[in-house]
Amino acid sequence: MSDSLLAITVLWGFVFIYAIMATMDFGAGFWSMVYINKEKTRATNIANRYLSPTWEVTNTFIVAIVVAVYSMFPTAAYTLGTVLLIPGSAILLLLAIRSAFLVFSNIAQEYRKPLTYISGITGMLIPGILLSVLPITHGGYVNFHEEKQSLDLVGLFTSGNEYAFFTFALSSTLFLSSLLLADYANVSDEREAYRVYRRDAIILGPISLLTAVFIMLTLKHDANWIYSKMMDDFFLLMASLFFFIIGGIALFLPSWKNPDVKGRPRLAIISITIQYLLASYVYGKAHLPYIVYPEVTITSAFTDPNSFHALFATYIAGFIILFPGFYFFWKLFMHDKKYLQSPQTKK
Amino acid sequence: MDHLVIARSMFGTTMGFHIIFATIGVGLPLMMLTAEILYQKTKDLDYVIMAKRWTKTFGILLGVGIPTGTIAGLQLSLLWPGFMEVIGKVMALPFQIEIYAFFIEALFMSIYVYASERIPPWARISSLILVAIGALASAVLITNVHAFEGTPQGFRMNGREITDVDPWKAFFNPTFFVSAGHVAMSAYTTGAFIVASVSAFKMMKHPFGSRVFQFHQKALVLSLIVGGIFSLLTAVNGHESAQKLYEYQPEKLAAAEGLFETQSHAPLAIGGFTDKEKREIKGAIEIPWALSFLAGNSFDTVVTGLNDFPEEYWPPLYVHTLFNAMVGIGSLLIFLAFGTLAWRFLLKKKHFPKLLMWIFVCSGPLALVSIECGWIFACTGRQPWTIYRTLSTADSVTTSENLGLLFVLFLIVYAILAISVSFVLIYYFRKNTVLKDLTAAKEKEVPLFGSNS
Repeated sequence: MSDSLLAITVLWGFVFIYAIMATMDFGAGFWSMVYINKEKTRATNIANRYLSPTWEVTNTFIVAIVVAVYSMFPTAAYTLGTVLLIPGSAILLLLAIRSAFLVFSNIAQEYRKPLTYISGITGMLIPGILLSVLPITHGGYVNFHEEKQSLDLVGLFTSGNEYAFFTFALSSTLFLSSLLLADYANVSDEREAYRVYRRDAIILGPISLLTAVFIMLTLKHDANWIYSKMMDDFFLLMASLFFFIIGGIALFLPSWKNPDVKGRPRLAIISITIQYLLASYVYGKAHLPYIVYPEVTITSAFTDPNSFHALFATYIAGFIILFPGFYFFWKLFMHDKKYLQSPQTKK
Repeated sequence: MDHLVIARSMFGTTMGFHIIFATIGVGLPLMMLTAEILYQKTKDLDYVIMAKRWTKTFGILLGVGIPTGTIAGLQLSLLWPGFMEVIGKVMALPFQIEIYAFFIEALFMSIYVYASERIPPWARISSLILVAIGALASAVLITNVHAFEGTPQGFRMNGREITDVDPWKAFFNPTFFVSAGHVAMSAYTTGAFIVASVSAFKMMKHPFGSRVFQFHQKALVLSLIVGGIFSLLTAVNGHESAQKLYEYQPEKLAAAEGLFETQSHAPLAIGGFTDKEKREIKGAIEIPWALSFLAGNSFDTVVTGLNDFPEEYWPPLYVHTLFNAMVGIGSLLIFLAFGTLAWRFLLKKKHFPKLLMWIFVCSGPLALVSIECGWIFACTGRQPWTIYRTLSTADSVTTSENLGLLFVLFLIVYAILAISVSFVLIYYFRKNTVLKDLTAAKEKEVPLFGSNS
């Protein structure tokens, strides 16, 4: 494996982890807003219990991705930095409001509702704009002339492909987060909340699949090069669909421990994650070797080899140092019955 | 405004706003840790309440510090793609390692706050130590990039071509340790004086000797001890920083001191304004020979003046005022801390005069002003370069136009954040008084961190 391929694989790994964590994060914020008036179901409560300790960690990943881009592919960072000025700034503005008001809503109890509404709505827009970066990298809306590069915003926002990605981001965010929260509620023994989130997941699953199909249809017209390369891996796309169906079935199977509860959310979430993993692998592979089509490739944008080797050494060191921390964190917040079943949401 | 000026103002505003939260975010964890350790040692409940209240403050400030830090990190690529392309190739290590520091801080901050009642005391202290280390490391590493901008090494640049990259040599550039030390020490100083400000303000609002008064007095004395130690260390380190300027960026030192003529036995100019036309400093108090001594530890040291540099290499001359403000406030804080501690412990006075109390109240904001002046001095003093004598600011800026509207939008969002964070802080502490915490801490069944939110 060449260094640049190794680098893009690491980057893809980061993007995938962030995509999963961010959908949970922004989705949980949104659900916490939707169910704020239905206190009895405790659905908001469950969402907050997940969200409070995790949002900072999730947020760090987005910085990690940006750093990975400019440290491993500095020339791509130049192009992306230039063309993403407007969408990137929009994300930052929304993210600032969202994070701050999320924190404030936990502190200022009397103003909880308006603050949660602001953070919930701004949070839902972020995945949509984040995923808009993908159609931009397909190159159709980037003008390259010599030293100067620019983004054709009007062209982007009048294309069906952009809206396909946008709606896919929204529906996936809601689908994955409702699924995770269903599992979280199930582990916490919150029957009502579990029922609510399981229902949401069942509704949103097919919608997210439809938007994914919509992406493929518009890709065929807007960026045929990537469409045809994705179709080369048709078998993997079908495998992805297969795991979607498994995930769906899992939500209807009777539970292991308790036969009157419907669904095995843990199994569902694992197979849906595999579904997204396979699909994003096919997409990522088809995208190669371009970072921004057709000018910037992983080899033309690659950093100095000395820098890459030093960086890679710190990746390994960083992983060794951080792993126990992540494990401890997971044990305390995802696995500890005392936390999951505490009578009230701890602040 | 022209394109470059808007881009610089935009990024400067982001940094100026972010460093308020970043500096307190580095400084407060040390205070929290000190209080937590004092509590575990003395079992005096006042200290655990301090730790709790400062942790809350820290948590609220993180709500702004984290997103503005994210903005700063991403805006670097959006506004300065030319600069980040070079940094990506040569100086990516500090950014990358900083990510690990962020993770450590984020993971253990959540553990300390949300799991405090489920983990044993040693784990609480360890978590807090890791939070403090994470916060400190982020500051140190980002300062490393700043140090590299002033004293770049570890690569060669011909036109846009970068060769002979040695990333670790770039990482350990000559001013890394001095600059990072300065930022760390001054952040600890600021964190302590912010606590002093609030404590002094609260002491004046409560009758002398009352329970709440005593609580705040304890916090005040603690913050003066920490603040005194670190303000002194900042000054010692600042002296070294100035010597590094003399060695590596002489035109920056000359501009900071308003020195035009190259000379030995150079005077130190305090105050006054630099006159670019007449090439002299006006209205300054000059201490003969002092600058030469400070720059090289001997009066014979020849300090190069601005006249020996082409005018297009001159930094803006107002940096003299910023430099003076930074040093002036720093010195004031040293005297304030040690003077008060002597008054309290050597002269054994129980009362602080009212005027002194008001100076305490101002000390925190003043420390922040000093931090702002220091950063603006450090960054404008490097102009016209982003990487000293290698890459100009004009070559770093984005080619995308129409920054004006974005600048306005960011200003609006910063204003919203500033207003709402002040509102939330006031709201929270008005609702959760010290007295309430004292009662809660005495009744052990009520968990301290979860009791009031």
